[in-house]
Amino acid sequence: MQAFDYRRPGTLNEADLALKASPGAKLLAGGQTLLPTMKLRLATPDSIIDLSGIASLKGIARKDGGLAIGAMTTHAAVATSGDVKGAIPGLAKLAGGIGDPQVRHRGTIGGSIANNDPAADYPAAVLALGATLQTSKRSISADDFFQGLFATALEENEILTEINFPVPQSFAYAKFDQPASRFALVGVAVARTAGGVRVAVTGAGQSGVFRWTEAEKALSANFSASALDSIKLDASNVMSDVHGSADYRAHLVGVMARRAVAG
Amino acid sequence: MIKLSLTVNGRRVTADIDPRTLLVDFLRSNLRLTGTHVGCDTSQCGACTVHLNGQSVKSCAVLAASCEGAEVVTIEGLATGTTLHPMQEAFREHHALQCGFCTPGMIMAGVDIVNRHGAKLDEATIRKELEGNLCRCTGYHNIVRAIETGAAAMAGAKVAAE
Amino acid sequence: MTDQGIGASVKRKEDLRFITGKGQYVDDINRHGQAYAVFARSPVAHATINNIDVSEALASPGVLGVYTGADLAADKIGGLICGWMIHSKDGSPMKAGAHPALAQGKVRYVGDHVAVVIAETLDQAKDAAGLIQVDYGELPAVVDVASAQAAGKAQIHDEAPGNTVYQWHLGDKDAVDAAFSKAAHVTKLDIVNNRLVPNAMEPRAAIGDYDAGQDQFTLYTTSQNPHVARLVLSAFIGIAPENKLRVIAPDVGGGFGSKIFIYAEETVCIWAAKKVGRPVKWVAERTEAFLADAHGRDHVTTAELAMDVSGKILALRASTKANLGAYLSTFASSVPTYLYAPLLSGQYDIPAIYCEVDGVYTTTTPVDAYRGAGRPEATFVVERLIEVAARETGRDPAEFRRMNFIKSFPHQTPVIMAYDAGNYGASLDKALEMADYKGLAARKAESAKKGKLRGLGFSAYIEACGIAPSRAVGSLGAGVGLWESAEIRVNPVGTIEVLTGSHSHGQGHETTFAQVIASKLGVPIEQVSIVHGDTDKVQMGMGTYGSRSGAVGASAIVKASEKIIAKGKRVAAACMEVPEDSVDFENGEFLGRGTNKKMTFGEVALQAYVAHKFDPEVIEPGLKEGSFYDPKNFTFPSGVHIAEIEIDPETGHTRIDRWTAVDDFGILINPMIVEGQVHGGIAQGVGQAMLEHTVYDENGQLITGSFMDYTMPRADDLPSYNVAMTTTPCPSNPLGVKGCGEAGAIAAPPALINAITDALGHEDIAMPATPQAVWRAAQKSARKMAAE
Repeated sequence: MQAFDYRRPGTLNEADLALKASPGAKLLAGGQTLLPTMKLRLATPDSIIDLSGIASLKGIARKDGGLAIGAMTTHAAVATSGDVKGAIPGLAKLAGGIGDPQVRHRGTIGGSIANNDPAADYPAAVLALGATLQTSKRSISADDFFQGLFATALEENEILTEINFPVPQSFAYAKFDQPASRFALVGVAVARTAGGVRVAVTGAGQSGVFRWTEAEKALSANFSASALDSIKLDASNVMSDVHGSADYRAHLVGVMARRAVAG
Repeated sequence: MIKLSLTVNGRRVTADIDPRTLLVDFLRSNLRLTGTHVGCDTSQCGACTVHLNGQSVKSCAVLAASCEGAEVVTIEGLATGTTLHPMQEAFREHHALQCGFCTPGMIMAGVDIVNRHGAKLDEATIRKELEGNLCRCTGYHNIVRAIETGAAAMAGAKVAAE
Repeated sequence: MTDQGIGASVKRKEDLRFITGKGQYVDDINRHGQAYAVFARSPVAHATINNIDVSEALASPGVLGVYTGADLAADKIGGLICGWMIHSKDGSPMKAGAHPALAQGKVRYVGDHVAVVIAETLDQAKDAAGLIQVDYGELPAVVDVASAQAAGKAQIHDEAPGNTVYQWHLGDKDAVDAAFSKAAHVTKLDIVNNRLVPNAMEPRAAIGDYDAGQDQFTLYTTSQNPHVARLVLSAFIGIAPENKLRVIAPDVGGGFGSKIFIYAEETVCIWAAKKVGRPVKWVAERTEAFLADAHGRDHVTTAELAMDVSGKILALRASTKANLGAYLSTFASSVPTYLYAPLLSGQYDIPAIYCEVDGVYTTTTPVDAYRGAGRPEATFVVERLIEVAARETGRDPAEFRRMNFIKSFPHQTPVIMAYDAGNYGASLDKALEMADYKGLAARKAESAKKGKLRGLGFSAYIEACGIAPSRAVGSLGAGVGLWESAEIRVNPVGTIEVLTGSHSHGQGHETTFAQVIASKLGVPIEQVSIVHGDTDKVQMGMGTYGSRSGAVGASAIVKASEKIIAKGKRVAAACMEVPEDSVDFENGEFLGRGTNKKMTFGEVALQAYVAHKFDPEVIEPGLKEGSFYDPKNFTFPSGVHIAEIEIDPETGHTRIDRWTAVDDFGILINPMIVEGQVHGGIAQGVGQAMLEHTVYDENGQLITGSFMDYTMPRADDLPSYNVAMTTTPCPSNPLGVKGCGEAGAIAAPPALINAITDALGHEDIAMPATPQAVWRAAQKSARKMAAE
């Protein structure tokens, strides 16, 4: 790696100050994405602010009728949490399917969402559940948060602190693994929320995670796997690479959506 | 340079390190604990697996600096004196290693699987839990047998201790 | 000694250091004052090097030296060699271009080594490597054989017009043509044997060290054959005379062939150690290994099988284009020729065979031997042809094979190989029973009820290994002999060191070779040390690959042990005062025949060194004997693998439901270790068949260049294996051992593809049969069936 300045603040306030002092510094969450990228010298930040020492960013609680998950909560903690399993069991299952056990012991929900990898699992859940992202500055709705490949609404001096998930009537996520990386080749999250059926797709969109509005309409009328039989995702905006062409991915979106609905 | 202090295999360790030092390099170069291996650069292979605060992690994807105040256990810290850990014994018993390069990471992962799941592990669970550990030599068959046996032995040892 | 000798599943002696993290791999070794090397590699697939400016790099902090091909040339360092001469059909020698250790004038693949930076720390070396400025004149890239041979596209080496290194053939074209003209049925297949990246878990590494006081070089290297490395580095590359070059291959974390070859990196490290006056250490990063390690396979073949109306095979012909990559690696030329075509008879009585092979340069990583080396390619051709021929003619694939099996031995094939012993029907019978072949139809119906497609595929393989008789391979173009050496040192108090030219990088020789000694000399394995991997300790050897260490390496130990016993008898006779030819050796004891006099092995050893009881003019003191064993023939492991799979047609995901392997490896030294070799080989074969995909884009960039995109087999991709052995002892070596290291990788791919195509209604599918590929084939098949 190339050399960098390093700080490990103990509180959110210290982190804020550190970020102001080094604009353009990279925030280090679980490191499961950032560190490999830095090792390959694909990212060369001058300054790193390590959030792993800030206790207030970790934790899961029932709050305001929903789930509040601290941004530095690990995937393993979410997967095994009684609160999550009780309130949104499909979310615990999703977290338990990210990466592998070692990655889940370090990777964080905040890191995953802030990075917005187009094949990550959490963005689909955040979008489908209509979560609210709390930052050090403001609240951002899920619909406003994801802005393209590896791009989010987070500004340079802004730290993601907590994710608030309203408890849905139902939530399920079905994913088909890219065989090498075990990221989502395609992943579909389906939620029945207070605001209606929401379907979010990851792994397939050329601009990252997106809502499949056609499927939402069909499922709103009839929440069953067969409701999706007559609709097909238009492959023209779907990613294509050595692991899956656009038409195969588009097909898999339909399959995974049906499996998520079937539960 | 930053100051780092942590516990490794039960021993308190302090050092001045370059912040970019990965935990795996701190273990291998600073502490000369070369049992933890580097097999890839994209965090797939798991040869670098150690226990950090009781959980399996890939030490190639953790900064040593993030481990301030933490407890790290490596393969060198599993045995008690000359008495091997039951998982180590199980790997030898079942010929669960050939070249040995993935083995420390595999054993540490195996112990962690049992720590989380308990002694009764079915084959499908073990295979799924090994998603983060690659082996090119054994075809995994004997590794699965070893973890089954290691799990039972760890439960037996626990009962004996209680 | 039966619980420790040949045939016992003794737990491995070497395991203790590996399970406690005390192995000594090259990267675990650190030399006092060592510096670090980073290689600057070409980012383009094909270009002239118009200029290299290293000035900024040289001025970078911590840098001790920056070197290019010009520096190696100035020191008269020779290029990397290919040690096997192949002649084309017209008799001309293969057209090979030079392979300098650092590029001279041109780069020919992405990853080609252009320069090296040596610095105090690894990060300083990396920083400086990024400052090297190379002015490339880009040329067209060609990544596949068809493009490479197309006129006017790109000339990679001046010596090879049309990028064609050789056009070779084997067999009787006229006889084959005649047979095809009379055939009742011809099966034809176009087959791609996909390129693979070996990816042993330990990346390659080297430490070069030079002692100026003694003018002595020491190289630590991740090698399967340290003596061959020393020979090549000394005699061909010119680093130093052999007696001034020590090569050590300590614990090595897997090889699978990729660590046989003598590469640029260790060559440069050992040379540079003298230049900078410091030890020089290099360790490959994984993404670097993807570019820099020799790849495997990469054949494009058209193959045909001719049969008569009764189903008897009349002839087989194959036309293969082999992608050799940008340079000829150490054994590259032999893999698609003499390690491939001679296996095209398979287990079958085929009267006429003809094979043509073009070896072709492309602007990709060099290709060389990888687990199986030519035999997986041959077996895939034969076993796919056989399976498809059976289906096309409505025959049961097992019985079609059985009717064509060779049934009497020895059997001379039309492609050089003379199979010495085997019982293919016995393997097939056992495999059918273990796989519950009879229950397949019912299982298929059950799967169909759940919306899944179930299929079963056979692979009846034979391979030629235990390489190899020196004169035979010499006559075929090999530049070396393929014997093996063993020296048995009996110490005065009865412990033994066996110095072997074999090298263990996972094969368990420290245990199996000790088991041979336990059987032959009656000494417990705890008292036997196996010494390998150091040219200062073991005088000379040819190393471990080609499944040769049991058949050849252990046979050398047997021969040496016979000499030990012979000398021991003479010493014992003198000590016991009985006639020399009246001593027998049984169960570790020397017995005076017809008397009640006896001496233990340990007592005789001591007497040999104390030398009080015999005339040293008649018997020399000491008890140490060596042997160089040259095998009489290749060995021919064979067997039947049966794969049963279940496809989810909605996604194309293939689950392996069960795997049956019945192998005949002759006598087994340690059944536990043999089974482990089968397991590992099957996993690599499954990897080739459905997971591992090496993809270059049209600019010669490796797209699948890390574990993020190159799918390595994981535990949840594989089942537990049902493994059994049948035995026809090998008649050509003293142990009756055939070797087992590569068989799984040879057998598995056609079994899996035959199973998948069975499930899909016989739609052909190329390797790797990824979920996407299977889904497409399932779609095609479903459309076809709907249409019918």
